[in-house]
Amino acid sequence: MTSPFLLDHSITKRFLSLPLPASDTRIQAEYIWIGGSGEDLRSKTKTLDSLPSSVGEYPEWNYDGSSTAQAPGHNSEVIIIPRAVFRDPFRGGDNVLVMTDTYDNKGVPLPTNTRHPANVIFDKVLDHKPWFGLEQEYTIFGFDAHPYGWPKGGFPAPQGPYYCGVGADRAFGRDIVEAHYKACLYAGVNISGINAEVMPGQWEYQVGPCEGISIGDHMWVSRYIMHRIAEMFGVVVSFHPKPIQGDWNGAGCHTNFSTKEMREEGGIQAIYAAIDKLSKKHQEHINVYGKHNELRLTGKHETAPITEFRAGVADRGASIRIPSQAAREGKGYFEDRRPASNVDPYVVAAKLVETICLC
Amino acid sequence: MSALSPFLLDRSVTDKFLSLDLKDDPRIQAEYIWIGGSGEDIRSKTRTLDALPSKIEDYPEWNYDGSSTGQAPGHNSEVIMVARAVFRDPFRGGNNVLVMTDTYDNRGKALPTNTRAPAVKIFDQAKDEKPWFGIEQEYTIFGFDGHPYGWPKGGFPAPQGPYYCGVGADRAFGRDLVEAHYKACLYAGVKISGINAEVMPGQWEYQVGPCEGVSIGDHMWISRYIMHRVAEMFGVVVSFHPKPIQGDWNGAGCHTNFSTQAMREEGGMKAIIIAVEKLGKKHKEHIDVYGKHNELRLTGKHETAPISSFRYGVADRGASIRIPTQAEKDGKGYFEDRRPASNIDPYVVASKIVDTVCLWDGK
Repeated sequence: MTSPFLLDHSITKRFLSLPLPASDTRIQAEYIWIGGSGEDLRSKTKTLDSLPSSVGEYPEWNYDGSSTAQAPGHNSEVIIIPRAVFRDPFRGGDNVLVMTDTYDNKGVPLPTNTRHPANVIFDKVLDHKPWFGLEQEYTIFGFDAHPYGWPKGGFPAPQGPYYCGVGADRAFGRDIVEAHYKACLYAGVNISGINAEVMPGQWEYQVGPCEGISIGDHMWVSRYIMHRIAEMFGVVVSFHPKPIQGDWNGAGCHTNFSTKEMREEGGIQAIYAAIDKLSKKHQEHINVYGKHNELRLTGKHETAPITEFRAGVADRGASIRIPSQAAREGKGYFEDRRPASNVDPYVVAAKLVETICLC
Repeated sequence: MSALSPFLLDRSVTDKFLSLDLKDDPRIQAEYIWIGGSGEDIRSKTRTLDALPSKIEDYPEWNYDGSSTGQAPGHNSEVIMVARAVFRDPFRGGNNVLVMTDTYDNRGKALPTNTRAPAVKIFDQAKDEKPWFGIEQEYTIFGFDGHPYGWPKGGFPAPQGPYYCGVGADRAFGRDLVEAHYKACLYAGVKISGINAEVMPGQWEYQVGPCEGVSIGDHMWISRYIMHRVAEMFGVVVSFHPKPIQGDWNGAGCHTNFSTQAMREEGGMKAIIIAVEKLGKKHKEHIDVYGKHNELRLTGKHETAPISSFRYGVADRGASIRIPTQAEKDGKGYFEDRRPASNIDPYVVASKIVDTVCLWDGK
């Protein structure tokens, strides 16, 4: 169930805790980028002479793009530019995780660089102060590629007891969830909560509220941290939106959204206006809301069918849900329930802002 | 057989003794390290010193039984070790040290396997050029069962693609070893500049540099010693073989990045091109010292140039020598010799490059 290739971490810890002399100010910076599939995360480490004081002081770097399907061999260098810095929960001390985005050697963003075009859009809507809260669902798989907690070669009892459940027969892999939550808090990721999900072995964590582009940075780093932690436990985390066919929930990335206007008195009008705009661009949005989403948005399992657009207060079968509280108070935010768990947060966030604020 | 050695002892027992406090007793333990008879095997033994010496010259010379390392005959077996570079000991902590040495017979003549002594002579002649080196050491982790670490028992993993710089239990195997080594090297004072997961699963890379002159060899050999010791503690084995697995699996190299002061200054690209052209004229001579079994690795596939041909280019990972894009942009910088195999002797490769580039007129 867990990888047979785990090394004794207590040995690693004894080395990680070796103290460097005060005169040695070197730190380890983990540069992270999105690979050629648009979903795979990659990283490598660079020793810096000392901890830079702002993201602008981190040096540009490069990697072999021909090994990540992002460049040809004869012209393989991909430049990575630091965009956001977080504390490293794996190495501790002054060590850091650095989220980057990717450029070719002429300074042109790679096709897989979704942050760059998102940033262009966000720069146009700064005054709207767009806030995002994303609910990242995911499934834990054993090293044997079977959902974690599921009996070998079989299925668990039907859904019902697992959502927010407790007990060894209902919650599987909580250690990963707890370790990830704390690691994210330590790193400085804006992680707002966690819960066990409807399908056994499935969980959710939320990131936000984050303004503008930072939702993407925080989300991608939270996913990186998740993969690293799962690696340490010897299991694998999947962000596939429908990991198991049949009467088992899919995994989404419900995206909660508001502008300054929506959050102020009478903001409900702005919410309805936004939903009206979204209703006219349903297919455009669906196109960037995650691959294989058609397997998940069936109209069952708390989803709306992928072909339909419907909004409603407290309606979990709708495409867009307006929280009861927002309806009551006449202001707040709305929840777009369409995005799949494998969505690119830069893309989704920018798309919402583009449709709602720039159209 | 399992992937980990069944002969690991309980480290917590060791730790209880390692943490005993000697209080005012100034004695320290010095680990003397040397290169053995194969030119690749690293050996070491420890001696107690009355106090921590304040400089390298204060470390006493020592000797060992060369007939047990393929370096001397039994009837005249003493090999003298002279201390050359000192690092903090990440295994014993405290004031204890690792001491890199080189080897001499009892008449003071450098052994044939002593590659440091002839390298120093070359570096001394080129001192003013301030030659800097950065070496990218690739290596493969093997289980105690002799199978690459992370590979399914008796079989092969999914093809290369997801592993380079990858994350996840299904993509990165042995990260603990990598992390422990990285920190141990930082602690020791080795100039380790980074790490990354490599293209073949179970294969990793760390980089050492920039180091000037002969120190690249000292830092590199100590980094390898630390790697073998850390792997020993985990119960796995690290291999520096350049082509550990035949088939569509990457080999392991020791790409050597090089520059002189002239190359690093404004207009330095001119010096880079002159250097690379010189290297092109001595391709076979360099290949001869760029590691055994390198012909298994330099095939023209898997991001290598074929061993028989010499080619250089900007950002070209299929070339023998790659000039980084940044260097081309800046008109100065360094170049990367991609030919050296993972099992090279850094003293030899570094001095060979300096010999060709700095001490030869190119004719």
